[in-house]
Amino acid sequence: MTATLDPTTEVPTMEVGRERRRKEDAHLITGRTRWTDNIVLNGMVHLALLRSPYAHARITSISVAGALDAPGVLGAWSGADFPEQGGLPCAWPITPDMKSPVRLPVAVDAVKFAGEVVAVVAARTKAEAVDALEAIEVDYEPLEVVLDMEAALAEGSVLVHPELGTNQNAVWAFDSAGAGTGGDVVAALAAAESDPDQVVVERVFRQQRLIPAFMEPRSTVVDPTSEQITMWSATQIPHVLRVLIALSQGIPEHKLRVIAPDVGGGFGGKLQTTPEEIITLMVARKMNKPVKYTETRSESLMSAHHGRDQIQRLRISARRDGTITGFDVNLLADMGAYLGTVGPGVPILGAFMFNAIYKIPAYRFTCTNVFTNKTLTDAYRGAGRPEATFGVERIMDELAVELGMEPMELRKKNWITHEEFPFTTIAGLTYDSGNYEAATAQAMEMFDYDGLRAEQKRRRDSGDPVQLGIGISTFTEMCGLAPSRVLGSLSYAAGGWESASIRMLPTGGVEVITGATAHGQGHETAWSQIVADQLGVPFESVEVIHGDTQSSPRGMDTYGSRSLVVGGVAVVKAAQKVVAKAKIIAAHLMEASEDDIEFAAGRFTVKGTDTSMGIGEIAWAAFAAHNLPDGVEANLDSEATFDPDNFSYPHGTHLCAMEVDTETGKVTIRSYVCVDDIGVVVNPLIADGQMHGGLAQGIAQALYEEAQYSEDGQLTSGTFVDYLLPSAMDLPNFTLGRTVTPATTNPLGAKGVGEAGTIASTPAVVNAVIDAIRHLGVKDVEMPCSPQRVWRAIQDARSGASTPAPVPVAAGPSAGVLSTGVPTGGAA
Amino acid sequence: MTALSVKVDGVKYSDDVEPRMLLVQYLREKLGKVGTVIGCDTSNCGACTVHLDGTSVKSCAVLAVQADGGEVRTIEGLANGSELHPVQKAFHECHALQCGYCTPGMIMQSVSLLSENPNPTEHEIREGLEGNLCRCTGYQNIVAAVQSAAAEMSGKSLATAGAAPADETGSLR
Ligand code: FES
Ligand code: FES
Repeated sequence: MTATLDPTTEVPTMEVGRERRRKEDAHLITGRTRWTDNIVLNGMVHLALLRSPYAHARITSISVAGALDAPGVLGAWSGADFPEQGGLPCAWPITPDMKSPVRLPVAVDAVKFAGEVVAVVAARTKAEAVDALEAIEVDYEPLEVVLDMEAALAEGSVLVHPELGTNQNAVWAFDSAGAGTGGDVVAALAAAESDPDQVVVERVFRQQRLIPAFMEPRSTVVDPTSEQITMWSATQIPHVLRVLIALSQGIPEHKLRVIAPDVGGGFGGKLQTTPEEIITLMVARKMNKPVKYTETRSESLMSAHHGRDQIQRLRISARRDGTITGFDVNLLADMGAYLGTVGPGVPILGAFMFNAIYKIPAYRFTCTNVFTNKTLTDAYRGAGRPEATFGVERIMDELAVELGMEPMELRKKNWITHEEFPFTTIAGLTYDSGNYEAATAQAMEMFDYDGLRAEQKRRRDSGDPVQLGIGISTFTEMCGLAPSRVLGSLSYAAGGWESASIRMLPTGGVEVITGATAHGQGHETAWSQIVADQLGVPFESVEVIHGDTQSSPRGMDTYGSRSLVVGGVAVVKAAQKVVAKAKIIAAHLMEASEDDIEFAAGRFTVKGTDTSMGIGEIAWAAFAAHNLPDGVEANLDSEATFDPDNFSYPHGTHLCAMEVDTETGKVTIRSYVCVDDIGVVVNPLIADGQMHGGLAQGIAQALYEEAQYSEDGQLTSGTFVDYLLPSAMDLPNFTLGRTVTPATTNPLGAKGVGEAGTIASTPAVVNAVIDAIRHLGVKDVEMPCSPQRVWRAIQDARSGASTPAPVPVAAGPSAGVLSTGVPTGGAA
Repeated sequence: MTALSVKVDGVKYSDDVEPRMLLVQYLREKLGKVGTVIGCDTSNCGACTVHLDGTSVKSCAVLAVQADGGEVRTIEGLANGSELHPVQKAFHECHALQCGYCTPGMIMQSVSLLSENPNPTEHEIREGLEGNLCRCTGYQNIVAAVQSAAAEMSGKSLATAGAAPADETGSLR
């Protein structure tokens, strides 16, 4: 057996595919948990942070003297007291001329958004630290704020960072004519405009600002009291964090150990080097004591990064028969006041997904990133792809209406058919496999599509006050954010490979070390299933180690649905290396030629004989090392890294039946069916769970959640009272189906699932809301589609007002603002 | 400082606490019972749910001194030795948790729900869990777990409850 990654290699499927209950659960259901905030160290000091109440202000004076006298206080500092503090790194400079303001962990002289840290108190207890914040005196000179992207780009706007001379962070553009992947969209749209046999549909959609809202608030503990500094953090990215902290804080990397113990959710929200982590580290080093900082929920909502926040102006053209001829995408993306670790790159991930599952002959994507006096935005579940999928799936419905076509028929007319795979899209990606027909047929059947359409007609005809809408979303996404070369071509600072190693223990256990740190996705269980199959050992005898840069030294961590399709495949590779080494030893011990050894179900057998040895016996022999072949090292261990050549492309069809009470605006999801193709499934139970959670977040964007600011830049949805995470009462049961078209780009055939539900559900739900009331004259309802907004849209339509009030975007594709940037080519 | 005497998970404690100390702080900071966690500062998320004298409370909304003379049960005292409570078992069986942060509160609330209404409908379960937020699961499997536990506790088997996928039971390590 070799360690090649031939996709046709048969992977034995005994454990893979099985609904294994999770190994992770035991301590979580009994409360024996290791959250960062649970850590208590001798002499530990607690921090509280003073945050700016202003969204934009000069700090004219600040004094922490009062706090120093408060009970229990051991230290208090303002920004100026940390002359050593370095700026927080942004790892994704998307263009060479990207404007990158310095973001200090503790602000000095000025604040740029409400919630920015201005002072720090250390005390014996958290309560004492919080009490002492009151004694800090700060004089602010409030400055005019700019919160709206349009206004921020306008001539003479207040500048968030005057030293940059502009609020424009960067312009990133892709054009199929320039890239040689397709035609000229300007010509295509112009031709359509003057051709009676074609139509052009233009829409502006708003992607409201969302908050990832992981349930565990962020927390950091730093122990600087030994040679090597140890940091525990509720982070998704312990490995990347270590590198970024080492670089930005001048700590030799080998003198820093980062541990992500149990981590309570992330969704991209914990994919950052945060000011809070750096502050905890700085204070710990200053005091030479262990220090803990845990944020409150209000602090978290205000200052942990937000997601989405885009205005999308889309223009699509098609022939009367439904064939799309061109698609022009123009985005404004709100970066907030500073750049997050990967923030600038988030919207451009959408560049590759706006063409979705469709064959589009001419395409352009232009994105302008803008600074405003708000919390920064960065990755949030799906990062760029939900926004893109929403835009294209909404405008497909609008185009269908314009053409008088059934919306599913329009999709079928344009999608890539099963025979056409692999298919290189106009954005330059190669979709390796997919079968949109199969997933759609299954979904329509499970949903009773035709039956519901008939019911919809009946209700319309009878003028039922409760109308029925059917929302469609067909989608694909690029998963397994890895190919390091591609990330490099997109100017991302690091690679995307993942590592794994396997240690077979002499007594039969197997330790698997993975760099793909988990925060609830069940890696320990899934990786155990993979290893059990690969090595022919019991599921129970596998232990998965992760989340500590000491025990799992190499990794790129978890985001972008990369765990299984990159990290899981690294585990497969490591296992194959173990088997290869074991085979050499087995041949030697059984005095046979290596070519005559077969491996199956954990046993090495000399072909045609009943002479055999179990892999455990080989592990012992390798440990004892009494009789190993020349040149073979002791122990049955391996290390592997996987860096795929291509992304993987899960896809699916989501259908939502929505009841809309036209008298109250109340929307109720009657049924939600989705059929997803995520390739080969390692653990269906876990995969379904990921879908459920993703759907909940996508539906929440459609119906409930929005980070709102007052005119002076205060987050007015700053608690769970105002920021409406859906509860059990707000969500339906989902009906999940599955088709399996294996990925051909990795030996597992897996495609990834973590973001699918979120990406696909938002447009399905909004399309359903609008479908229910379109006959009343409603063309759009802004997200979240609250009862009030829905009711208002119906009223406006009935009274003949245009619905909704168009989102003001001065900057169209040909408008000055957006064309002043320097477009850079950027096909993957 | 105020004197406080309380039984927590079967053990009696006597302490002097600040009158303003919350029950959740007392449990976590004084007693080291960190199984109960904090998810919000507005009593909205339910992560901190425990039982006080047999009723579920959000321990961030109760002062420690209010528990004086009372009995508190937390997630750490729910299992009977190594024998898990049926609700704990059902959460495991039905994959009703992902990151697990909301889980202690969810389980405690579910136990309380079932003690008040041993045979709840799906709607009653959703209503009963409305004050407990979960960001990972979309609630579907949590609801299934409560249904499954209800069936188990009323003597029906997990498989016939129709909630737990009936395939592989697996084991806790
Ligand atoms: S921490 Fe008590 S309800 Fe959120
Ligand atoms: S399992 Fe993560 S919040 Fe519920």
